[in-house]
Amino acid sequence: MSQVRNVIIIGSGPAGYTAAVYAARAQLAPLVFEGSVTAGGALMNTTEVENFPGFTDGIMGPDLMEKMRAQAVRFGAEIVTDDIVSVDLSGDIKTVVDGSGGSHQARAVILAMGSAYRELGLPNEKRLSGHGVSWCATCDGFFFRDQDIAVVGGGDSAIEEATFLTRFARSVTLVHRRDALRASKIMQERAFANEKLHFAWNSAVEDVLGDEKVSGLVLRDTTTGAARDLPITGLFVAIGHDPRSELVKDQVRLDDEGYVLVEDRSTRTSATGVFACGDLVDHTYRQAITAAGSGCAAALDAERFLAASE
Amino acid sequence: MGATKIVTDASFTDDVLMSDKTVVVDFWAEWCGPCKMIAPILEEIAASHDNVLIAKLNVDENPQTSASYGITSIPTMNIYKGGQIVKTIIGAKPKAALLADLAPYL
Repeated sequence: MSQVRNVIIIGSGPAGYTAAVYAARAQLAPLVFEGSVTAGGALMNTTEVENFPGFTDGIMGPDLMEKMRAQAVRFGAEIVTDDIVSVDLSGDIKTVVDGSGGSHQARAVILAMGSAYRELGLPNEKRLSGHGVSWCATCDGFFFRDQDIAVVGGGDSAIEEATFLTRFARSVTLVHRRDALRASKIMQERAFANEKLHFAWNSAVEDVLGDEKVSGLVLRDTTTGAARDLPITGLFVAIGHDPRSELVKDQVRLDDEGYVLVEDRSTRTSATGVFACGDLVDHTYRQAITAAGSGCAAALDAERFLAASE
Repeated sequence: MGATKIVTDASFTDDVLMSDKTVVVDFWAEWCGPCKMIAPILEEIAASHDNVLIAKLNVDENPQTSASYGITSIPTMNIYKGGQIVKTIIGAKPKAALLADLAPYL
């Protein structure tokens, strides 16, 4: 066990790294556990980010994360590429244990674990995962050159993935439960203008077909109840995310969907000295810039908490 | 010894299938974020285990091998013993989980 730190940040992404920048500039010498494979967060699996203010021509998601990380390091944040596997957030001194078994203590903890891809929950989806079922278009799109594939979902990330996948695939069918998209207007317009992109409206994925690899989907019409087969060789699942709150579920209050609850407009959780930010708390906005903003707020809240408790 | 080995379509038979060691082949690409995340973990394993060969195959540059093993998701790690696949690990995992998956073969 080393010395008691001012603040430990669990997680990275725009929320965790921005919290690290602010805490480091406040001379709090934050210790950041960025995650062993999730370092950088959800943006690591995206392509161009066009709406982060200040980047006139857009910036690649992984590049943006690299820059935020470097900015935090420049001001003295200590960043560890490991996971936190258990925490004790009660009491004045909090303890966290990393993936190698090391124990670390701090007077304040900032939670920024983000969210994880949601699955359809079909048995064959799991069985065929990596054999045609994927959650990462930027990783796996390459393998579906000149094939007919499908994306399930209706939000920004589904449209972004579907549009990206038309670079490789012969056709991409977007499967959506409703008859309209939730995605932003600019992305919808791009999608509708894309000749390779087709739409299966009012359709739910009922089963994924294939023995060794994906050969098709069974779709259920959500209005008529009729079933039909869609022959495809790849399925990309983009139906949203769930907060990664498992680590802290018994120690801070969560809402019914598993998001960490914070007090009013602050980042204060139900545990004293524990603050939460980013996708872990955000039902609504879930953008790089809002995550960064809440990471800033968490660092300021932690700084004020530490000053007041001295 | 102690480092990962780059293998290609041309060298795959000699370096992997004919090897007298257990070989872990990491199918990866430059544009794959999760592949980059696990790269340092594989380097660490290579540095600390002499009894297995950790090999890296770039799927962009070596489409034949990737296609013949039906790779559609990266990172994929295939473990070969005597030319046969004994285990397949698909997707990036936290270091502890990856080590646990590989432990029986190290």
